[in-house]
Amino acid sequence: MASIISIQNLSKSYQRDSFEIPVLNNLSLEIEEGEFLALMGPSGSGKTTLLNLIAGIDKPSSGKLTVAGTDIAKLNESALAKWRSNNVGFIFQFYNLIPVLTAFENVELPLLLTNLSKAERKKRVELVLSVVGLTDRMYHYPKQLSGGQEQRVAIARAIVTDPTILVADEPTGDLDKNSANEVLTLLDRLNKEFKKTIVMVTHDPASAAKASVKRHLDKGDLV
Amino acid sequence: MKIPIKYSLRNFKKRKLTTGITVVGIALVVFVFAAVLMMAYGIQKTLISTGADDNVIVLRKAAQNEISSVVTGDQQNIISVLPYIAKTADGKPIISNEPVVVINLPKKSGGMSNITARGVSDQVKKLRPNVKLVDGRMFNFGSKELIVGRSIHERFDGADIGEEIRFAGDEWTVVGIFEAGGSGFESEIWGDALQLLSTFNRGSTVSAVTLKLDNPENFEKFKSTFLTDRRLQQLEVKIEKLHFEEQSEMMATFIRILGIFVTIIFSLGATIGAMITMYAAVANRTVEIGTLRALGFRRTSVLVTFLSESLLISIIGAVIGLLLASSLQFFSISTLNFASFSELEFKFALSPEIIISSFIFATVMGLLGGFLPSVRAARLKIVDALRSS
Ligand SMILES: Nc1ncnc2c1ncn2[C@@H]1O[C@H](COP(=O)(O)OP(=O)(O)OP(=O)(O)O)[C@@H](O)[C@H]1O
Ligand SMILES: [Mg+2]
Repeated sequence: MASIISIQNLSKSYQRDSFEIPVLNNLSLEIEEGEFLALMGPSGSGKTTLLNLIAGIDKPSSGKLTVAGTDIAKLNESALAKWRSNNVGFIFQFYNLIPVLTAFENVELPLLLTNLSKAERKKRVELVLSVVGLTDRMYHYPKQLSGGQEQRVAIARAIVTDPTILVADEPTGDLDKNSANEVLTLLDRLNKEFKKTIVMVTHDPASAAKASVKRHLDKGDLV
Repeated sequence: MKIPIKYSLRNFKKRKLTTGITVVGIALVVFVFAAVLMMAYGIQKTLISTGADDNVIVLRKAAQNEISSVVTGDQQNIISVLPYIAKTADGKPIISNEPVVVINLPKKSGGMSNITARGVSDQVKKLRPNVKLVDGRMFNFGSKELIVGRSIHERFDGADIGEEIRFAGDEWTVVGIFEAGGSGFESEIWGDALQLLSTFNRGSTVSAVTLKLDNPENFEKFKSTFLTDRRLQQLEVKIEKLHFEEQSEMMATFIRILGIFVTIIFSLGATIGAMITMYAAVANRTVEIGTLRALGFRRTSVLVTFLSESLLISIIGAVIGLLLASSLQFFSISTLNFASFSELEFKFALSPEIIISSFIFATVMGLLGGFLPSVRAARLKIVDALRSS
């Protein structure tokens, strides 16, 4: 199978005052299409940083980063924004739903960046909400939902544009065991049934067990 | 595509108190701003309606107002036989030779104030048809009787029918009350010109001569006589309406400048209020901004969203401020008019220009207050915004 994400000699450091803080060191990694990758490692090892680079919300300091054939390190900011809206689905630890928008409206948000008509958007949103099993909560606001339900809405929002990859940063980190299981089962189904490539950062070995590939990061190096 | 407007509107609802206080701040400033302009415009409107288009007023050159003007008896005689003056059915020219003086009367609200006393000739009704008696009768020419304007009647002591007004050593009896279509005449008292002249020992020298033209188009021809006739060269001829318009200019400009100066200082407060509110909104929603940007919304979308929120606050404020200000139209107030040194009653008056200026003023406050916070929101780096949770 072909690599959908290809990382070669990737380095990332942050500038803080006059200090250069190296976070990722000359890292190389191939992720294949349809893979469910779990990135593990201690706190501060650079997992989120790597995920952000793959998702195109941060820029590498050096190295090559190709996602679905696009060298995203070379894209300018607005091209990158467009690329993200077409190719990346985001799942955050704290769901990051917009509190003033309903579940339906939150899921519809990424579709506002497409040319879809209102009716087509509605169809899509209803479809993905049924995939995550929240059709009956469509018009609820985030604060009217449980954490697990919020995360499922967030997953619906991540898949509504049918992106190339899903990135999840500790998606179960804030959930109780049952809700965490629901979310993991859902991700597993998206991977197996819908053939989504998923990159998931997690601390939890039980979560990582659902993934097809596990990689460990330590102080900016893959081990 | 943009971040939907309902996102902004619902955030207002969520932050009712801060948004509300900011709206009230802007509304108050717009209220003061509009009220001042309405005051200036009200004075102008009152004075402009005092003059007529087809009347001509003759004053001494360079006289600032009627009080400081003199037209001698000889000059009056020459003017009375000039061509282009409208005539009555029985052939008399429609002219009023008017002495104008300022007298002092006690106000009902306490204290004394200046009012304009005007002597008029017997053709005055034809000259100023908008002057109408609402009570009592017209004074008799040849006697010391007065009719008083509605505003004087309402605001001053002793200005009721049957009462006596004392000035320059004489007693004058009030016999009637008149209205004049809300114009400045309603803030005057009128009597027989000849009686007033003798009371003030002014011989035959009046302040101004007002006359009606047979046809307003003849104004230039009428005026040219005053340039050629040596005896009339010290005099100046103006359309009456224009004269009163000039009279309103100084007062209105003074109020405008003072008012705008004061409101600009107020507006700094409101603008800073809006800025604080918007900074708080950005700080509260930093993670949301990061999320929206991650999903693919542009920096400009974020900028536009926050700027529109600030604008919306200021426009809602402007609407409320203007609604409050427009209720002032039902009030009339009286003030000393610098141009005539006497009391003038007027109503606050709203014009489309005032509405537009108020909205522009509010928009500027909204843009200035919202600019820096919106730029900050737009400049956030996605990863930093997301990490702030
Ligand atoms: N925007 C930034 N500016 C400066 N330093 C940063 C920034 N982002 C991350 N870092 C630093 O980079 C290192 C790696 O951070 P990162 O968030 O990638 O770790 P992580 O593996 O996700 O940790 P955790 O498990 O705690 O989430 C940390 O030392 C962190 O302080
Ligand atoms: Mg992390």
